[in-house]
Amino acid sequence: MSLGVSAIGQGLLYGLLGVGLFLTFRILDFPDMTVEGTFPFGAAVAVSAITHGIHPLVATLLALLAGMLAGLTTGLLSTKGHIPVLLAGILVMTGLFSINLRVMGRANLSLLNQRNLFDTPFLKSLPVYSDSVVVGAIVCAVVVALLIGFLNTQLGQGFIAAGDNPTMARSLGINPAHQQVLGLMLGNGLIGLSGGLIAQNNGYADVNMGIGVIVIGLAAIIIGEVVFGQLSLSQRLIATVLGSVLYRFVLLIVLKLGFAPDDLKVISAVVLAIAIAVPQVESRLRIRRVLRNGVTNNG
Amino acid sequence: MADVQLQLSHVQVNVAVGEEVRPLLTDISLDVAPGDFVTVLGNNGAGKSTLFNAITGDKPLAGGTITLAGTEISRMAPEKRARLIARVFQDPKMGTAPRMSVAENLALATRRGQRLTLGSRKLRQQLPEFQKLAAQTGNGLDKALDKPTEQLSGGQRQALSLLMATMRQPELLLLDEHTAALDPHTSASIMALTEQIVAREKLTCLMITHQLEDALKYGNRLIVLDAGRIVADYDRAAKAKLTQADLLQYFG
Repeated sequence: MSLGVSAIGQGLLYGLLGVGLFLTFRILDFPDMTVEGTFPFGAAVAVSAITHGIHPLVATLLALLAGMLAGLTTGLLSTKGHIPVLLAGILVMTGLFSINLRVMGRANLSLLNQRNLFDTPFLKSLPVYSDSVVVGAIVCAVVVALLIGFLNTQLGQGFIAAGDNPTMARSLGINPAHQQVLGLMLGNGLIGLSGGLIAQNNGYADVNMGIGVIVIGLAAIIIGEVVFGQLSLSQRLIATVLGSVLYRFVLLIVLKLGFAPDDLKVISAVVLAIAIAVPQVESRLRIRRVLRNGVTNNG
Repeated sequence: MADVQLQLSHVQVNVAVGEEVRPLLTDISLDVAPGDFVTVLGNNGAGKSTLFNAITGDKPLAGGTITLAGTEISRMAPEKRARLIARVFQDPKMGTAPRMSVAENLALATRRGQRLTLGSRKLRQQLPEFQKLAAQTGNGLDKALDKPTEQLSGGQRQALSLLMATMRQPELLLLDEHTAALDPHTSASIMALTEQIVAREKLTCLMITHQLEDALKYGNRLIVLDAGRIVADYDRAAKAKLTQADLLQYFG
């Protein structure tokens, strides 16, 4: 029972990662590798800030800003430096590894005996693990509501159009490069936030905690799409959060089946590869259309 | 109103092929009066699309100036020029955002060239207006306002692109073989719609076409490009006397 509650909480906190990745991977239609550096960057910044006596709420916001800064860097490298965005993301991700070590001063920084966001009297009064459910639900609700609001503004529509058809966007006076930077900043901001929250929930930040998070984010997006089918764009954001929770349950089941935690990454990678590559699975789960949406239309 | 809406003066566009620099447009000078509908003919590689790309800013000028409605636009960024210039592409997929609905595409086009803000897109309030606008295409576009444009037919998409290009009156409308990808029947209906809108809005318009028949039938002026130069320029009177046989001499 408590394992299930923990899975929901973790799923919601990782849901922000899925939503952040959705902005670049699905709306702007490119794979943003920055993610793997941004997630531990957000964690390192939040945990370091807290150990330096900064209020956990402020530290969490710093994680968000740190993520946006990483996204801005990738965006500028790609749009001003004309480096392909995949490589720009890898460069920033690689650079962030050293920066994360500098930020923490070591490879692993604990929050032992430090107050974090989950240490309020109210959250402490709840049953075990449900603190992360409450925090995750609140943050996800606020973030998704704000994003849905944004996507329905003029700017948000321009953002979607820039990802959908850059040629058409340019002919309407929308600069796709600006939208790309905007998307990378928003997306990585949310991923930094996710990292900051996960680190506080786990009680530590680790320089290696970013390895494979892009697969976690993709899994959330694809599970959401497969399970909930054709949805409006706003609904797909919610589906991604729910997909992230479902992914945690999948991991839980895999562990119950007797696999070691060390094997989780290879299992996740194999399952995702099969879902994308095998035509029979693909057509049954309607991934074909979903994938075409994700990898084409890039002008 | 000025006598000249669009003025190209000694426009030169080059392309680098390896070490070598080749001219795509050589010393193009052209004055287009307000309300002129100019059809543009020429062989493949004559420079027709390059001419459009130079006007929109997608290809930088190596020399010369371009003035539109009294403003020099030669150095203006393409996104800035979008306020003045609207374009319909040959490929029906190029002009619309495929995953966005017809109404959403139209709403975007109402803001062409304007600063996008965090204000509401006001989609619902504009629906009756969009309905009326789409109904004039006569191809069922008004019944498809909620559909993603990727589900539309080619003809519906080009009609939508045309509406999007003209709903905020542009200083210049560029039609880049916009019916070439359509079947003859659909092509004819899109051309009819084009003529109707251009006449009603008194638009200044350049239209590239490979259909000699369309080039003669539509517009009040005809120019022929060859190897990056304007080799013939027929005004309304001269164009009226032209035959397809006359034009065939330019295609060898």
